[in-house]
Amino acid sequence: MRLNDQTTSALLLVTPALLGLLLFILLPFATALVLAFTDLRLGSPLAVNFVGTDQFLSLFNDPDFIRALLNNLLFAAVVVPLQTILALALALLLNRGLPGTVAFRTLFFMPVVFPMSLVAVIWSLIYAPGENGMMNAFLQWASFGLWEAKDFLRDPLLAMPAIMLLSIWQGVGFQMVILLAGLQGIPQTLYEAAALDGAGRWRQLLHITLPQLRNPLIFVMLVTTILAFRLFDQVQIMTRGGPENATTTVVYETVQAAFARQQVALASAMTVVFFLLVLSITWLQRRFTHHEREVA
Amino acid sequence: MATIEFDNVCKSFGDGINAIHELNLKVDDGELMVLVGPSGCGKSTLLRMTAGLEEVSSGEIRIDDRVVNHTPPQQRNVAMVFQNYALYPHMTVRGNLEFPLRMQKQPANRIEASVKRIAEMLDLSPLLDRKPKALSGGQRQRVAMGRAIIREADIFLMDEPLSNLDARLRVEIRGEIAQLQRELAITTLYVTHDQAEAMTLGQRVAIIDQGLLQQVGSPQEIYERPNNSFVAGFIGSPGMNLIQASLSSERGEIGLRLGSKRLPLPQPVLASYPGLASHREERLLVGIRPHAIHLAHADSTQHLAARVCAVEAMGHETILHLDTELIMHANPKTAADKARENQPHLLVQLNGHHNFRVGDQLRIELGIGKLCFFDADGRAIG
Repeated sequence: MRLNDQTTSALLLVTPALLGLLLFILLPFATALVLAFTDLRLGSPLAVNFVGTDQFLSLFNDPDFIRALLNNLLFAAVVVPLQTILALALALLLNRGLPGTVAFRTLFFMPVVFPMSLVAVIWSLIYAPGENGMMNAFLQWASFGLWEAKDFLRDPLLAMPAIMLLSIWQGVGFQMVILLAGLQGIPQTLYEAAALDGAGRWRQLLHITLPQLRNPLIFVMLVTTILAFRLFDQVQIMTRGGPENATTTVVYETVQAAFARQQVALASAMTVVFFLLVLSITWLQRRFTHHEREVA
Repeated sequence: MATIEFDNVCKSFGDGINAIHELNLKVDDGELMVLVGPSGCGKSTLLRMTAGLEEVSSGEIRIDDRVVNHTPPQQRNVAMVFQNYALYPHMTVRGNLEFPLRMQKQPANRIEASVKRIAEMLDLSPLLDRKPKALSGGQRQRVAMGRAIIREADIFLMDEPLSNLDARLRVEIRGEIAQLQRELAITTLYVTHDQAEAMTLGQRVAIIDQGLLQQVGSPQEIYERPNNSFVAGFIGSPGMNLIQASLSSERGEIGLRLGSKRLPLPQPVLASYPGLASHREERLLVGIRPHAIHLAHADSTQHLAARVCAVEAMGHETILHLDTELIMHANPKTAADKARENQPHLLVQLNGHHNFRVGDQLRIELGIGKLCFFDADGRAIG
């Protein structure tokens, strides 16, 4: 860096932002990193000891935490592809320029604007147990009475899919808008050239749309994956991790450890694991995009 | 191998604009037909209708006597070179060339052989693994040509394929296209707004203005006997001078009244324009190419006085913009021309370099044998 009179004013100008980053992001993370190697408990009269990697060892021997990790992985593995395909389908439909496009675009995007806590409460009502629950009533009607009323959020097999469904419903609009913008950036002449080269609609999708949409698609999948690992609000409000840990997640376990059991050190270790996990996913997806970037 | 026929083809867009109006045209098998006209005249629309990218409002388009109005582009076996080339940016040059063959589900070894042949033909072999972004304009143009040639389509459509290239490359590739087309003998419809391109490329040239076909013919026919005053002004660089005049007969001798001058028309001119006889005492337009006007000899009796308004010295020729007593007819070539020249000047094209300055007075003489005549509506008088 060349030092000149601009450097001083530049430093002066970035100081507030840097200070914020330092105070609210870097410092807490550094603290968590340090605490993860201690045995700190909130309100404990005992002295704090440095315990090395003990917290991490106990984490990976904790069946609840392992279950939480697996739940997160399952959630990401189901929600990311389903939500992306659904978003792409909606974006393609809206990009056809059919009448009512604006109305539908608004409609699909609306859930994104709602706070998740509100969405979770509303879906708790939808999933209400008994024949009068909305979802139960709908399924009964759709299956001509074959469906037996279930208590979705208290059924170990159904609780996770129920949360997945509402998460997709809530998140799909955001992805759709990003993909729609990407679609609108594809030059029409590419489709015309492909049509003249003999490509029908399906092969135009395969050979023009998808490759041209590559970067928005990767971006959208990256963001959704990270959000999938941050899964918390729905769980906290609708199932509290149950039944039988069927819906517990890493963030939920962390919050439980820190604020219900006062195990601050253990919770810190969890956040460090969570951070490394998200970091590695991001890194992987960056590698995917990197050598194709000149296409964009 | 195919013919293209346009039979009363009309195209109107939703907002009531008629892009093409009752157009009839036949492109023969193996012919290179150039569609030329000012921008917005409908020539690209015509091309896109032939490709199937645009619907025909009424009339018929036939390829090899088969009506294709409702045939999707995929089934027309038509190849097109787009103005911006429309290369697939995510594919390499090889991928771009292969694409139409892969869509035909050709076996891999045949595809590879075709790519090799085309790449050699167009000098693309060293570029096969590059993406379009890493190519120069001329190289992209050749890839676009290659992608059109490789599938052995019945018809080539070219939509201003040279307009994104610089002038030198344009001339070079223009020659290559003409040569390729002759070798392959594929029926080709070529759209351009550049009349020089049309004249040098086309075996026949179709001139379109405001959705109407103005004239079809060989470049020479169009240049020498334009159908109407639009064609006269549009073709040629610069276009034909159009002068308001009237035809008078005195003592049985037919002559042109040009401003205050009276120019007797010699017998050979009258013989080659027999239609003139029926336009006696009428107002008409006289067309004369800029190179058919020359400086008057000292002993000339038919000279006009003129004042130089502008000089374009090109080295091998000099174009003079002259103010004379003649009343010029506005050249309808393009809107830009109209804006620039409210009262058009008489243009004179002289061979070689001449040291004229703005304001110089000089005397000129019209080449009587090279006049064209148009009636008050701009139609040529035969």
